[in-house]
Amino acid sequence: MNSSLIIVEILVALLGLGVLLADLWLPVERRRLLGWVAAAGVAVVFFVGMKDAAEVAYAFAAPGAKTGMYVLDGLAVFFKQFFLLAALLVILMTTEYAPKLGSGVSEFYSLVLFALLGMLFAASANDLVLLFAALELITITFVVLNSFRRDQTASIEAGVKYLILGATASAFMVFGMALVFGAAGTTNFNEMAAVQKAMGGSPIFLAGLVMVLAGLFFKMSLVPFQAWAPDVYQGSPAPATAFLAVGSKAAGVVLLLRLLFGAVPEIAARWQHVLGGLAALTILYGSLCAIPQRSIKRLLGYSSIANAGYLLLGVVAMSKAGASGVLFYVSGYLFTVLAAFTVVSVILARTESDDLSSLNGLSQRSPALAGALAVAMASLAGVPPMAGFVGKFLLLKPMVPLAAADPFLACVLVAALVGVVISMYYYFGIVRAAYWGQGVADLTPIPTSWAVRVALLIGVAGILWLGILPDALIQASTPAVEVLKPQAPVAQQHSGDR
Amino acid sequence: MNLTTSLVVAPLVAAFLVLMVPGNFRVVTRGIALLGGLVTLLLGVAVFVRFDPSGPQYQMESLVPWVSSSSFRLGLHLGVDGVGASMLLVTALVGFSAIAVSWNIERQSKLFYILLLVMLGGALGTFASLDLFFFYFFNELALVPTFIMIGVWGTGEDKDYAAFKITLYLTAGALVALAGLIGLYTLSGASSLDLVELQRHLAKTPLSPSVQAFLFPCLLLGFGTLVGLWPFHSWAPQGYGCAPSATAMMHAGILKKAGLLALLRVALPLMPQGVERWMPVLALLCVGNLLWCGFTAMRQRDLNLLVGHSSLAHMGFAFLGIASVSVVGLTGTVLVMVSHALLAALSFAVTGWLRHHVGTLDMDKMGGLLRRMPFIGTVMVMCFMAGCGLPGFGNFAGEATVMFGAWKSAPWIVVIAAWGGLIIGGVYMLRSIRSVLHGALPEEWGAVSDAAGAWRRLPFALMAGGLLFLGVFPSTVTRRVQPALAKVVEQARPAAAKAAATGAGLVNSPKLAGTPGDR
Repeated sequence: MNSSLIIVEILVALLGLGVLLADLWLPVERRRLLGWVAAAGVAVVFFVGMKDAAEVAYAFAAPGAKTGMYVLDGLAVFFKQFFLLAALLVILMTTEYAPKLGSGVSEFYSLVLFALLGMLFAASANDLVLLFAALELITITFVVLNSFRRDQTASIEAGVKYLILGATASAFMVFGMALVFGAAGTTNFNEMAAVQKAMGGSPIFLAGLVMVLAGLFFKMSLVPFQAWAPDVYQGSPAPATAFLAVGSKAAGVVLLLRLLFGAVPEIAARWQHVLGGLAALTILYGSLCAIPQRSIKRLLGYSSIANAGYLLLGVVAMSKAGASGVLFYVSGYLFTVLAAFTVVSVILARTESDDLSSLNGLSQRSPALAGALAVAMASLAGVPPMAGFVGKFLLLKPMVPLAAADPFLACVLVAALVGVVISMYYYFGIVRAAYWGQGVADLTPIPTSWAVRVALLIGVAGILWLGILPDALIQASTPAVEVLKPQAPVAQQHSGDR
Repeated sequence: MNLTTSLVVAPLVAAFLVLMVPGNFRVVTRGIALLGGLVTLLLGVAVFVRFDPSGPQYQMESLVPWVSSSSFRLGLHLGVDGVGASMLLVTALVGFSAIAVSWNIERQSKLFYILLLVMLGGALGTFASLDLFFFYFFNELALVPTFIMIGVWGTGEDKDYAAFKITLYLTAGALVALAGLIGLYTLSGASSLDLVELQRHLAKTPLSPSVQAFLFPCLLLGFGTLVGLWPFHSWAPQGYGCAPSATAMMHAGILKKAGLLALLRVALPLMPQGVERWMPVLALLCVGNLLWCGFTAMRQRDLNLLVGHSSLAHMGFAFLGIASVSVVGLTGTVLVMVSHALLAALSFAVTGWLRHHVGTLDMDKMGGLLRRMPFIGTVMVMCFMAGCGLPGFGNFAGEATVMFGAWKSAPWIVVIAAWGGLIIGGVYMLRSIRSVLHGALPEEWGAVSDAAGAWRRLPFALMAGGLLFLGVFPSTVTRRVQPALAKVVEQARPAAAKAAATGAGLVNSPKLAGTPGDR
């Protein structure tokens, strides 16, 4: 096996172990340094370790086989860069939040690195077995990350909920894999693609596929597997929530794209309406439930459910344009959510409650933080010139011609548009609290550390970059989805494969 | 960088410069903002003057590719036709005035000027965009500033409600329109939202009737909501009532007109069958604006709400001109757009002054203020008279032209419009002049002050002067917009192109062009 293919994963694993070991020798007061080391390490891997995939290469392959468990192609490289950047920003955010975590900060960093490792493998999973292994690595590290604040019941509760529900989802998934293997005789995506025509009529195969999808939907927090998200988001430490919102969701997205469009595109095309219905329900559920929330993290939890629905919309389009829209949207979401959570974690590091009112007066206490939060919220709400606007545009664009031809998908589109208007209400509610919240008791300026400034600068610059000059990323995401083979449903074949 | 591009970029650059200045340098931030506004105004004048009515349809164009992937491409295409040039000039003028009247903003003034300049840049970009994606993009760019400005510097108990209502309503309207625009992109087969390319493509392969039946209502209702088309209008008076005067000026005066421009440029010329089917509906809905909003304006006791409702009533004339689909009617619509931009902005500047100095806008409590404020009072009389259609102001020219244009297709609605515009408008405008300016002066306001000094008076004088100029020389605008509108009518009513040609002759004749001002 050519081990140079997985060099990024090896480096990240070594970095994680290194941080864990360094903890043994470093005196307590200097452990904060580990955050910088971890961030620098991830940055080095990001800038040095990543190479463009010139051609599709497989690792962990059986001798003589043309395909393997692990694939390195455009899509994998795109998502690996995505996960490395997300981890970098989360680690920077953690350095600010560290005092709240108490002892064991260095374990937090190494856990983030191990979760990152799982995500890197997920980006390359070309086999149900590697898919499962990667997801379990992510889930188990997140159980610990979520319950990291042992002094808080809410945090423990978040960890336990994630553990139990995550384990249930995993159990379904393994069962589904067994059924798929039993029916198709393979777990490899390429080999599944070769037999999907025959398998399309096999109830056992389809049942297995549905169960695997259930596991992925759990990761992405799609209806009807969304119930865990608000509680876990609210209870977990802010950096863990941020990584969960971005990294874990994106891992679900890349696996979903690979499974649906790589392994079983024909069957996926038959499920267009089901997926569309789920997307609409997810969007409406997330948006409607976010309205009455007072806790910022819980609100963002519901918002992440709604956003999962928008991501699924790109899958529903069953086209490459939709898939590259998903890639763009999730990239914009990365910068947006991390900018938002950085601001939130700075504020939470100073107060115990994460009620919306703790944002009151922010624009006077720190205009920069308030500005960054407003930019992030505008991006989430889909207002130009932010990344979220272009992302939503790219996701909705392939849906409109479908909606014109299919009344059911027209209803899905209407639900998505209604969701945008509703989301405006609660995102702008956060902006309102920051700019003219009532009853401000404390007007002391909020100092910000360099780490936070760097993280915010990257976040806001990313939001504006993708919103004002989106061409570069659109160009990059188009070849990345080349490996996917989405198929338009038979009835709509005339609309073509765009 | 050509003239149009510099015009759009100027306020955005100024906003960036203000961002770079520390917040406690208040004089510097205001200075930069004013300078940016002045440069914008000069560029706006230059664009208007250099536009050549006998030249090609779109002038001073620039095209920057924005997204050019294999599956989808978009370009930032800026340029002006006569309608765009007129709107850009009036936008620049109102923008400068809005900055100038904001001297009383003391809290977080840096943020205020940044937002105001971004709003101005968004408005200019909207009117200069020949690409519909960027039309939407720039129009929405002004949304977040509006929200924050109403919230932070707004007044009134329900400013929260008003801020959310205006934001959600406008988003909903814009999204419906966006769905229509995306539909136009994909279903037309043009794979472009560039107006020029779309027109070229659709001239060869027109949209099928079923597609038009789906797209036209999206555009009409979506863009109509942005203008305040009855019954989707209730966001406007409340939002304006609570907004700081600069925001209300920009929004009521300028941004609201973007929807009308879109109807003129997109809905009419590209979908003739949609026009045939939906224009009678629009004609009926505009009666809602003319009568309903007129009557509600009559009942208002708050001066700001009165102005807000009356501005919706005036939009009825603009819609009526569009519904007539004749060159005369559309020319009238553009005249109404331009002069109402000045009128609405001027009204909100006046009410902003009154609110700041008198402390209330409740008409029952005011009175006799003309004695204390001869200048502001005179400006208010002028603009309220213009509002009820007094000849000599731009509004009369516009409204009269609309009624001439619409007579053929909808005589009864013209009767209602004349009645609604002149009688109802006269009732509430004159009543409010009486209760605010005339009568006994309550003692508590014995010391309120007038706009003193040329500097404070300048923005008011500019806008009032613009109204008078338009009333006397409407042909400066009509001459520039007429070729573009003739083309619109030709495309919207291929069958009636001949009738339109005679209508075009009517506008060109000195008779109509001169009439409104002479009387």
